[in-house]
Amino acid sequence: MTRLLGRLWWLLAASATIAFLSPPFLWLAGIMDGAGLTQYMQQVVSGVANGCVYALVALGIVLIYKATETINFAQGELMMVGAFLAFTFITMYGVGFWLGAALAIIGAVLFGMLTDRAIIRPVVGQPVFAIVMVTLGFGFVVRAVVSMIPGWGTDTYALTTPFSGADLRLGTLVVSQDHAAIIASTVVLCAILFVFFRYTRLGVAMEASSENQLAAYYMGIPVKRVYTLIWGLSAGVAAFAGLLLAPITFIHTQMGFGVIFKAFPAAILGGFGSIPGAIVGGLIIGIVEALAGFYLPEGFKDVAAYVVLLVVLLLRPEGIFGRVTPKKV
Amino acid sequence: MRFIFKTDYSQDIRLFPFGGTARFWLGLGLYALIVAGLAHASPIPLGPGHWLGIAAVYAVLFGAVLLRQNANGEGGHAAFWYGLLGVAALTAPFILDLYFTSQITFVYVYGIAGVGLILLLGMCGQISLGHAAFMACGAYTAGLLQAQGFDLLVTLPAAIILSAALGVVIGLPALRMTGIYLAFATYAFAFIVEEILARWDNVTGGNMGFVLSDPSILGYTFDSEAKMYYLALVLFVLTLLAGLNIRRSSTGRAFMAIRDSETAAEAMGVNLAVYKTTAFAISAGMAGLAGAIYAHLLFFISPEGFTILLSINLLVLAVIGGLASMHGAVFGAAFIVVLPQAISLTKDSLPPVVGQLPGLEAGIFGLIIILFVIFEPMGIHGRWMKIKTYFQLFPLYKKGTFKRQKSYMVSERNR
Repeated sequence: MTRLLGRLWWLLAASATIAFLSPPFLWLAGIMDGAGLTQYMQQVVSGVANGCVYALVALGIVLIYKATETINFAQGELMMVGAFLAFTFITMYGVGFWLGAALAIIGAVLFGMLTDRAIIRPVVGQPVFAIVMVTLGFGFVVRAVVSMIPGWGTDTYALTTPFSGADLRLGTLVVSQDHAAIIASTVVLCAILFVFFRYTRLGVAMEASSENQLAAYYMGIPVKRVYTLIWGLSAGVAAFAGLLLAPITFIHTQMGFGVIFKAFPAAILGGFGSIPGAIVGGLIIGIVEALAGFYLPEGFKDVAAYVVLLVVLLLRPEGIFGRVTPKKV
Repeated sequence: MRFIFKTDYSQDIRLFPFGGTARFWLGLGLYALIVAGLAHASPIPLGPGHWLGIAAVYAVLFGAVLLRQNANGEGGHAAFWYGLLGVAALTAPFILDLYFTSQITFVYVYGIAGVGLILLLGMCGQISLGHAAFMACGAYTAGLLQAQGFDLLVTLPAAIILSAALGVVIGLPALRMTGIYLAFATYAFAFIVEEILARWDNVTGGNMGFVLSDPSILGYTFDSEAKMYYLALVLFVLTLLAGLNIRRSSTGRAFMAIRDSETAAEAMGVNLAVYKTTAFAISAGMAGLAGAIYAHLLFFISPEGFTILLSINLLVLAVIGGLASMHGAVFGAAFIVVLPQAISLTKDSLPPVVGQLPGLEAGIFGLIIILFVIFEPMGIHGRWMKIKTYFQLFPLYKKGTFKRQKSYMVSERNR
């Protein structure tokens, strides 16, 4: 049974990939006309752009989970705080986009580190489920506090970036510069994170403490401090995602709550705890959502992502890149 | 002290581990019948004073007998207090006004769903973010069947059975996954169910929802708050007894074995697939029952009432109430119903600058969750146990009695 499901998974994954890549060939073969192909590409690009944001939020969740085994339901709120900080610096104080973005990310990093010290540290060692409830409650509190701060409140705000409004033309394909900026900066951030985890002392220390807390401690790695830094890093990535999301949606207190229910499926789809998995999962969710919204009747846009999640989990419970470890009693 | 030290092995399977003889329950039943007859046939309307008198008679009749220990060394405390609670619950609609009566009815309804969730989460260790879907299923089944002219004797069992069937379907992922994977698999299912309810509008009324009428059994219509109160009370007590009975049966033992270690349970011959599916079915059936009553209480249902927020609320109910015992369902349900009311009441007495802040309710809600997990991870029931132990052991209680071992590595990866 398990083997059969495993084979079904490979069959499904292969056919989905072929179907996804087929339109250019259909066009070459003359089955699909040029306008149809352009439409398809258009949807894929906007799906990838949305997927990048999901992927970054999922990445933050996975970073925290890998290192501390805390499932962070407040990741969307970290993103929201980042976006509000960016709005404050850029629009309210008018310090300019690049400086404002940098300040927002630094602020979010500090906020993440503070969260770890104040909220998460007291419950370390308790059952996973208890910590999940803490992060869930923390999300409620952050949303409430943000809506109480004068100047932030419950209104929706728009953030203008240097990219806003202009389009990029690639042949017949029209890509808004916002989408292009999202995709490009996600690629750059992933490359930076890869180099960081591979080649810097701190990155290796983080990897080590996520592999085995106790062994890392014995090797002289200050595990507690590393955890605080990981929360800071994760909040920074979340703020980055907030900066990217702000121009294409709006900044408001509920923005995190909406994204978190896409980012978790993305992280799970890729295999919870796998960094490439989170990126791939986010892209899949984004693309599926965009294509389903365009080609299927109304109402399938939100459902499609969850159907994909269910099908993948039923066939491959550990997710696409998930690690299977033998059970110990 | 008795709940720490086991004095008797049959204590585990007794429904009320600390006392309560058959004679007592028979007497209490008779007393309840007489009181009910009095209430029904009394020539003058009974006021609060009368009901306090009835409770006092109860206290004298049963208290003197039961407050002392019987020959086997079993105390009658629990039976006495539960009996008093029962009398209070039976007489509440006569003493309290309509508003409080309907609020307590909501406590019973949430309690029914809470018992189901504690069975699933506290006993079997399976998490579900999809309980709103079960409640929705129960609510819509009851509502739609009622619209066809069926009475409660048909609609309630149908709601339970259909929700349980849905529970089996949603529980199927549980056979292959655990933890966060399971949570979001159930969430995905629940989301799809919600979307179906919203889109299938020629049957369910879509996002507009639809209106229900007063429920009835064999021509007897539950058309007042008090009648709905008794209906909910009876169903809640039955659910609670069912939950307690499942807990002490072999099924409950199998659930707990699965919770503690799936591999060990399997090695002992527990069929994981069967028992996990059973747990989901029972839990979903209870949630469906709660949903059906909920729909009749609100008179109006729409998909918006059954979103992820309801599922989260139910999880909070179970965690704040205490996962370790069925008491938690009652405490948690009371918490869920009382907290928003308490906040909105205190809001008016606060200075308007603070009271009118947006998001105050959600903020306090979140803060209480955080404080509970940090300071009282066992929930209200755990705190109650500690207070009880403190007084039972009076001068000897030590701070470390309930202290939990903190562990370094709480890895789920190598579970």
